[in-house]
Amino acid sequence: MPQPERSWYMFLRETAPGAFLVAAVLCIVCSVLVAGAAVILKPAQEANKLVFKQKNALMAAGLVEGDASPDAVKKVFADSVEKQLVDISTGEVVTADDVKFKIDDYDPSQAAKDPKLGEPVSPPAALPGIQKREPYTFVYEITKDGKPDGFIFPIYGKGLWSTLRGYLAIEADGQTVRGITFYEHAETPGLGGEVDNPGWKALWDDKKVYGEDGKVELGVVKGQGSDEYSVDGLSGATITSRGVDNMVKYWLGPEGFGKYIEKHRATSPGA
Amino acid sequence: MAEPKIKDVLIEPVFNNNPIALQVLGICSALAVTTKLETSIIMSVAVIAVTGCSNAAVSLVRKFIPSSIRIIVQMTIIASLVIVVDQVLQAVAYEQTKSISVFVGLIITNCIVMGRAEAFAMKNPPLISFFDGVGNAMGYSVILILLGFVRELFGSGKLLGFPVLPLTTDGGWYVPNGLLLLPPSAFFLIGALIWLLRTWKPEQIEHD
Repeated sequence: MPQPERSWYMFLRETAPGAFLVAAVLCIVCSVLVAGAAVILKPAQEANKLVFKQKNALMAAGLVEGDASPDAVKKVFADSVEKQLVDISTGEVVTADDVKFKIDDYDPSQAAKDPKLGEPVSPPAALPGIQKREPYTFVYEITKDGKPDGFIFPIYGKGLWSTLRGYLAIEADGQTVRGITFYEHAETPGLGGEVDNPGWKALWDDKKVYGEDGKVELGVVKGQGSDEYSVDGLSGATITSRGVDNMVKYWLGPEGFGKYIEKHRATSPGA
Repeated sequence: MAEPKIKDVLIEPVFNNNPIALQVLGICSALAVTTKLETSIIMSVAVIAVTGCSNAAVSLVRKFIPSSIRIIVQMTIIASLVIVVDQVLQAVAYEQTKSISVFVGLIITNCIVMGRAEAFAMKNPPLISFFDGVGNAMGYSVILILLGFVRELFGSGKLLGFPVLPLTTDGGWYVPNGLLLLPPSAFFLIGALIWLLRTWKPEQIEHD
């Protein structure tokens, strides 16, 4: 029966309703395909993301290299750092008894968005584009031969296009920078994206955080950083550089981890 | 036109009708992802998967596609496949693809993919269309991998991340050529490749 078949093709190909029908069916099939792939692959992607985050935390502290395998990352993470839940506003380490939620299920970035949990960033302009921060977050204390050897702080803030999330590691003296990494951002590749450049990240090593008066002096400056507090700005990425500068000043300042550092810094070298 | 053979559609685009070297298509992504051999290989695999599958899918439904919306239909199929490939890459090779994720997304606009869908898959059965897509993507991949090889070897003295030429900074003798890590070097290399290829196969020279 060639006749009915032909008319069926003709309907789809030659008439406007036919075109709509083809488009509608195509959209449904494609969206099922895309959504299916996203759902099925989500667990594997999440696992990858977690390892990547942990690896970045360790890289900030110089505990692993960029090419470390996932197993190596997990091992170093288990052996060399201690995860602490910190109340940002007091700087105290809190335990399961102090909080109403389960620590293992706590997600700082979710808590920041939660209208009940999120706390206002103050002063309000400290982190442009971000009004609320999480009340508690995870700080990693680095241990070496059973002694504290430094801290890894999660930091985030807005750049030009995106929220940059990363880690900043400080020596046990609470004053010297061990390193910085970003594990999530969507800045322009080649410009703001250069926050991932190992050469630029290396500029942070051994910089000092606090000035004589206890204020955070560490930051990114336009052009070349000339003193022990300043890191060179990224050329062609003024807004990203300013974003990094803001987030470092905020997170290490009194509204961020300043109180925690005050309490936990080693009073004399090696103590 | 005689019926195309699988062997021909698979091999022809690699040297005789190379999408980059002869048709000069898809060079934008060839500049961006070839600073390292590893990313070149991942990009190649992604493009082969997308072009092969999109050609097969377009060919399967070619009899139903109204010509008035055929480009949109092809784009939708290609875009969906690219997203699926991107998701798969994020699941199996997260870190390696982090730096090229944006370019994987841009496979959608790679002229080779849509060019093959429009020029070949709309007129031919699915199986042969699939191999035509794979063949053309392989032609693209050969150039990509060559570029990645040269740029990583001479730009950073490494291959797949392993040091091959000891750098002066690590106490060796090789001073890396920083130009090769910048996009323009891919242009120079593609130009040189086209020159070599056309010296080898003079019938590819365009006469004006």
